[in-house]
Formats: sequence, structure tokens, C-alpha cells
Amino acid sequence: MNAPLRRLAVVVTAMFTALMLAGTWVQFVDAGRLRDDPRNTRTLYEELGRQRGAITTADGTVIAQSDPVDDQYRYQRVYPEGPLYAAVTGTYSVTSGPTGLEAAEDDYLSGSSDRLFFRKISDLVTGQEPGGAVVETTIRDEVQKAAQEGLDGQEGAVVALDPSTGDVLAMYSSPDWDPNLLASHTRSEAAAAAAELDDAEGAPLVSKATSQSYPPGSTFKLVTTAAALESGDYTADSLLDGPATLTLPQTTATLSNDDGRACGTDGHTTLADALRVSCNTAYANLGMALGQDALREQAEAFGFDKALDIPTRVAASRFPADLNEPQLAQSSIGQYSVQATPMQMAMVAAGIANGGVVMQPNLVSTVRGRDLQVLDAPRPTEVGRAVSRQTASTLTSMMEGVVESGTGRAAQIDGVAVAGKTGTAQNGESAPHAWFTAFAPADAPRVAVAVFVENGGRAGDEASGGRVAAPIAKSVMQAALAATEGSAG
Amino acid sequence: MSSPAAAPQAPAAAPRPPRSRRWLELGLSAVAVGVAMMAYGLVGVATDGSWPAGILGYGAGLGALVLVLHVAVRWRAPWADPLLVPVATLLNGLGLALIHRLDVARDGSFAERQLMWSAIGILAATALLVVLRDHRLLRRYTFTAMVVGLVLLVLPLVPFLGVNINGAQIWIRVGPIGFQPGELAKIVLTVFFAGYLVTARDTLSLVGPKVLGLQLPRPRDLGPLVVAWLASLGVLVLERDLGTSLLFFGLFVAMLYVATQRVSWIAIGLTLFVGGAVLAWSLFSHVQARVTAWLDPFDAEVYAQSPGGSFQLVQGLFGFANGGLLGTGIGQGRPQTVPYAESDFILATLGEEMGLTGLLAVLLLYLVLVERGLRTGVAVRDGFGKLLAGGLAFAIALQCFVVAGGVLRVIPLTGLTMPFLAYGGSSLVANWMIVALLLRVSDAARRPAPEVPAESSPVLPSEQDASATQVVRL
Repeated sequence: MNAPLRRLAVVVTAMFTALMLAGTWVQFVDAGRLRDDPRNTRTLYEELGRQRGAITTADGTVIAQSDPVDDQYRYQRVYPEGPLYAAVTGTYSVTSGPTGLEAAEDDYLSGSSDRLFFRKISDLVTGQEPGGAVVETTIRDEVQKAAQEGLDGQEGAVVALDPSTGDVLAMYSSPDWDPNLLASHTRSEAAAAAAELDDAEGAPLVSKATSQSYPPGSTFKLVTTAAALESGDYTADSLLDGPATLTLPQTTATLSNDDGRACGTDGHTTLADALRVSCNTAYANLGMALGQDALREQAEAFGFDKALDIPTRVAASRFPADLNEPQLAQSSIGQYSVQATPMQMAMVAAGIANGGVVMQPNLVSTVRGRDLQVLDAPRPTEVGRAVSRQTASTLTSMMEGVVESGTGRAAQIDGVAVAGKTGTAQNGESAPHAWFTAFAPADAPRVAVAVFVENGGRAGDEASGGRVAAPIAKSVMQAALAATEGSAG
Repeated sequence: MSSPAAAPQAPAAAPRPPRSRRWLELGLSAVAVGVAMMAYGLVGVATDGSWPAGILGYGAGLGALVLVLHVAVRWRAPWADPLLVPVATLLNGLGLALIHRLDVARDGSFAERQLMWSAIGILAATALLVVLRDHRLLRRYTFTAMVVGLVLLVLPLVPFLGVNINGAQIWIRVGPIGFQPGELAKIVLTVFFAGYLVTARDTLSLVGPKVLGLQLPRPRDLGPLVVAWLASLGVLVLERDLGTSLLFFGLFVAMLYVATQRVSWIAIGLTLFVGGAVLAWSLFSHVQARVTAWLDPFDAEVYAQSPGGSFQLVQGLFGFANGGLLGTGIGQGRPQTVPYAESDFILATLGEEMGLTGLLAVLLLYLVLVERGLRTGVAVRDGFGKLLAGGLAFAIALQCFVVAGGVLRVIPLTGLTMPFLAYGGSSLVANWMIVALLLRVSDAARRPAPEVPAESSPVLPSEQDASATQVVRL
């Protein structure tokens, strides 16, 4: 019986070899895939157990940090500034996962990025607890505060950009919300807070700066003007027809100016004056003359119809397709179904401010390991050239006219030339949205801004871009100019 | 492993004086207790930041128990294999540490009960070793063993005695104590198989028709195999216990092969097994669910299904993956995420906290235990002893393969536990008794051949014939 016993021993060895190979497969070869499975709560716990990196502003203010606590997660995510930076950081929820920059920069913050590999090895050797990298944003404290104070509780959003780099100086959405509530380790508390915010008036969790788009109204006339100047058939002095009321082709519908009067003398106006007083009928005529393809091309050159990651997601703004003539006329003044995020309108102003080149907006300045070594520092990248330097220069002087003596006078800053454009977007039966987009100083721009006040804020039906949004844009630009004093434009 | 050259009693071996190696056993046992103490202590260090107060008591308790067994071995089985006790002690001790670690995470009290069952198991092994002076005595009880084994198997089906836990009818409960009779049946039936096969092997080896180049046994000799097959199917159908059913049938086929040396028995056995498996799969939804969970565990629907889904299996795999090569360190993973982490999924706990390294080490420990058992079978002179040692060793191997294979997704998951490592009193006691039997047989196997041949087996002189034929078969 010894021969079969020995063969049995071989079989047993083969069985255990199979088990060892299976163990090697599961624990080594296939382990990465298993660890990344979203159903693997261990990975989440492990990340929670590591000290997550902080998020700071460009001024060094900590806007998200992880404090040691005595519970199963070991670290509590804390947002020291409360709701002010919610649209930037998002939150780090143990029930529903991260949002905002917490999600977009999760690899660095959690310390699981491959770039931290050698750090992790050295942590292992030195016995130091591994931790996440620190993300420094491009946000400036005073600019962000000016945005919050400017909106002052009215629903809307403010975006401020450095036109030459695309750095986001402020990004604020109102109503704001407190990320600390959703980061609670008590599941019931976090879930209750999330449910309450989901149902809250004004949908605070959805960023009005980047996630929602709205009819841009007359601020879109900047795009129409750019298309006209780029066509070569128009200059700032070209004359346009600007009657009090325009009957749209093929219909009995009409389109009229906000003040109900004709533009210029006897219904003829220059392009520059039409922009200055925001003459709807003149721009409707201009748009129909240019054609929808020219308008769409120009809009897309500024960034429309494309989503962005800055690295948080910016929803695509839309210039509609297949327009008939009346729809084209409406679209030329930013109505019908033209939709833009406040971020997009800030990019339009920034592109003009930057001599025609639109820079990709960017929220992250540097990512540093805990030894302060820079792991990542995104370089300014171009979205593309939207208009020629010549056109940008012409548009700038026309926009200066808007602020000097047109609809945007409320945005004037002492001693600084401001270029801007108002928008008062009709919005069905509701009160109109108030818009203002601008940059300053006009000759060497350091900040471009877009302000959006949903349904006119407290002014309601009486709202206009010049009255409601322009003063906010002014204070935000002042804060930005003060913050960037000394740095070149 | 298959080479017998190192066996001290092999005729060709150098004239080296035989050594009992009892000091080696004592030393290795001390190491095993020390490693188990360290593991137990590290749980405290990882979770509390300090060495737990109970560590010395734990080490002293386990050490004293093993010492009792060691003394019994010196007294009654001085030539026994020196590796069996240390390996079983180390597995038992590591299991205790892992169960204690899960208790800490879940505020449970499994470890205390497991420690109590360890004591009962080791003392039962000691008693068995002291009482049973020669393993060949067991052969007298071959048919008693059959009856007892069958009674133990059907015990859970008796009304008011058997309890249904998680769908399987394999437990009995008397007062506060629950027990799985199937674990003891494993030993008793191995005794029966060995006793029966050593008698019937000549008949069963007779040559029948030849089909496709394979020499088949005579059709009339198929009876016992068919009976074993039907009994296994009965366990599967009536007690809904896939693992036990597979274990018994596999054990019987393996022992049948060892007894007869006829590969055809394995072929017939495998055919019957495949037939039974297909039959069970087509008839029973719980078998189908196991197979689906094995083939496609990551499918969202299969994962979410409860009961019968793949949640437990997948969470176990996540645990293994989380452990990686070196493990999280004991006390630093999250093994409590897996349902039944202390029993059926103790390997996932081990793999997560001790890593692939720990898993391979433990699998090697099992392999050492099994191969020492098989080697005892090769070395012992009587046929009954060969079948008994080989059968017991293979039972451990098959059980490990069925459990670990299920947890590591080599085969569908069945409800068995890792010997020594997993929580479970019946299993622990039964496996310690297996160690006692292996110690007993190995003592007979390694004892130096006496000068006068007749002296070696005063109890059953007829065994001498078997030993004589063995020499030829070597």
C-alpha cells in the first residue's frame, strides 16, 4: 500500500500548491483590482485612517484639514472657514464619498497617488505615519470674501480669474452650505444634513458657478461683437439698425430694447454704442447678418460646448444648434436656449483681457508632500485663441465705454480703467437674471470676473445687470487688485 | 515528500541509532506556544498600545496543556513523530490569537470558549493516547465504528436534538452545548473504512472487464462504493451539507485506492462524484447559488442577493487583497467585515492581517502535518495502520482544500472549517483526537524494530503477515 500512499502524498502536495497559487493570485496579482473595487470598504477605511492632506488658499489659509479623533475613522475632516469655500473644497463624507476638490485631488490628499510612492517607502522605513499631500489652491482669501459679501445671501455665483494664467481667484456659489455637516462621522447626522441640503431652497449643493448654466443675456453680446469684428466686415464704428422694436422674420413675434426706445439717432447706432447701451434690436440684426455658424464658432472659441476639469468639473455651456432666423436673433443677445455657466462668462472676459487668448481655468497652485517637496504644480495652459489681438483691443475699448458711460457705470473704480458688460437675462415668467462680466485694469488686466445673480436677487423684477451685478463685480475686482498689487498684469 | 529514504526504519538506512526526538518535540512546542503568545500579545499592542495583561496567563495555560500532552507522549508513545504536536499547537494557538483579535473588534467572547475547547481537545487527545495502547485494537471495532459513524451522521436529523443553523442540519444541541457530530464521524468512519478495506482489499482488487484501456473492478464489487456514494448524497440532501458530503466521499475513494492500488476506483469515484454533483446542482437551488457565487461573484446581482449571494466570498477576497504580501499586521486590518470571519472565513482574517506570507506559512504547516501523517502510513508495518494514518492525514488535507479552495475561489464555497485554526469546539476536539491517533500509529511506525520479530505485535499476531507482504511492496 506504500506506492498509492506516496502517490497520495503527491496529490496532496499538488492540492496545496493549487491553494498557494490561488493565494498568490488573490493577494498579489489580482490584489490591486480587488482593492479598487468600490464595494471594498476597507480601502475607504484605510484612507480615512490616514491623515488626509490639508487644502489651503493661495494666502496660506487652511480651508480643509484632518484632525485626530478617537473613533474608528481616526481623523475628522474639518473645514475651519465653514461655508465660505464650500464650492471649492466640496466635502469629504464617510457616507457618500468626496465631492469638489476633495474628490478631484483625492489621490494626492489621501496619499494614494503613485507620486507619493517613494515617500510611502521612506515612511515605512522611518516609521512615520503615512499621510496625504497638501493641496494649495489659487483662491485668494479677500477675493473669495468679497464675493460672499457682495452676493450677501442672494442666490447666484461669482467667479474671478487671473486672465493671464487662468488661476481661479474666487469661486463662490450662493446659497452656500457648511461642508462640516456632511463630513460628520455619525452616519445618521451626515445623512440628515445631506437630505436637508438636497431639499433646500436654491439647491446649495449644486454649484451655480460651475455646475449649472443659465441664459447669459446681454453679456453674450461680447461673443456676438467678437464674431462681427473677426469677420472683417465690421468695426467699432460700423452702423447698425437699432429700432425700438424689431419684428422677427417669418413671425409676428417682436423683440424690443429694454428701455423701449430706438438706439442712437433715428434708429441708427454704431457697434460701440450698441454695446454701450446694450441695444437688443441692433444685436439681433447683427446676429442674423453674421449667421449662426459664425456665432457658434466664436462661442466655441471662447469655450462653449465643452466641459472642463479645473480639476473639478465645469459643465459645458451651450450655443444651440439648428436655429431658425427668429431663434438666431434671440440667441445673438444671449436668449432663446443659449446657456452659460458663470465660469464660462468669466472665461469670455478673461480671453478678451488676455489679448484674445483664453486660458484654461485652474484651481490648484501646488501640491506638496509633507516634507514640503512640490509634487505637482499645474502650468498655465491655453484653451486657445478666441479672437485676434486687434479684436481684443477693440473689444476692450468698447467695454470700457460700457463702464464709463453705458449700462455698467456702477462698476467704475476710482483711478482704474474697468472694461465690462452687463446682462439682464429674461427667464420665462420669473424675474430676470442679473449678470455682469468685466476685467481690470483695462490696459493691463489682473482680474476678470463674472457675477451672476439668479432672478435678480432682492431687486426682483426691477433687477438689471448694471444695478444688481455690477456693484458686486466692482468690490470683487477691487479685492483682487488689492490682493495682486505689485504683481504684473 | 514522496521519498521515504529518511525513514529511520527503512531497511537501507545507515546504521544510525534510532532517536525518539522527544526533546525536539518539546523545543518546537515551546516555540509554537511562544509564537502564539506573541500573536496574542500583538493584538493588544495594535489595538490598545500595550501588552495585554492576559498574555502570561494565556501562554501559561496553553503551555501547560501542551506539556501534559507531551508528558503523555513520553510516557505512552515515546517514538511518536515529533512534529505533530508542535504543528497542531501552533495552528491552534494562531487560531486563538486571530479569534481573540476578532473578539476585540466585535466585543465578542469566542476566544474564551475556543480556549476551553482547546483544553478539552488536548486533554481528550492525552486520554486517547493513554487509554489506546495499540492502534490495531481499533480494528476489532470495525463494525461498531460503522454503526457509531452512521448514528453520528444521522444524529442532527433527530427531532428536538438536531438544530438547523444557516440552512445546514449538521448540529445537535444538548442543553447549552452545541456539537457537530459530523466532525467525530470523520474519525470513526475512517476507522471503519480502514478496518473494512484492510479485510476486503483482496476482493476489491480483483480484476474485472477492461474498458478503454482501464482495468475495471468486477461489477459485483461496486457495492461498497455505491453505498458510500449514496450515503454522501444522503448527507447532502437531508442535512444540506455540501462540505461534509464531499469530504466523506473523497476520503472513501482515496482510502479505497490506497487499499487496492487500482486507479480504476478513482476513475469510477470521480465519475460518480461528477454525476452526483450534476444531480445536486440540477435539483437544489442552494447548490446552484453556491456555483453561481463561485463563477460570477462580482456581478452586482449575485453580490446583492441574500441569502445565497457572494457578499461573504467577495468581502473575504477583499480582506485577502487588503493584506497583500505582508499583511496589515495583526490587529490592524478589518477582518470583522467578513461574516463568520472566526470560523468559515478564518483564512481571510489570517490573509488580511498576516498577508500572503502568513497564509503560505500556515498552508505549509498543514502540508507538513498531512505529509507527516502520510509518511507514518508509509512507515507503519500493518495494513490497518497504513490505511488509518493515510486516511486521517488525507481527511485533514481534503478538508483544508475544500475550505481554503472555497475561500480563495478555487472551488465553490462549502461549509467546513479549517482544522485547528477556525472557531468550533467539535472540530477542535476531533482534530486533536486525530493527532492522538497519528501519534499512536507513528509511535508504532518509528519504534526501532525489536531483535525478536514476534515481540513487536503481541496483540494481533496475524498482522505479521501484512508486514511481511509490505516489504515486498516497498
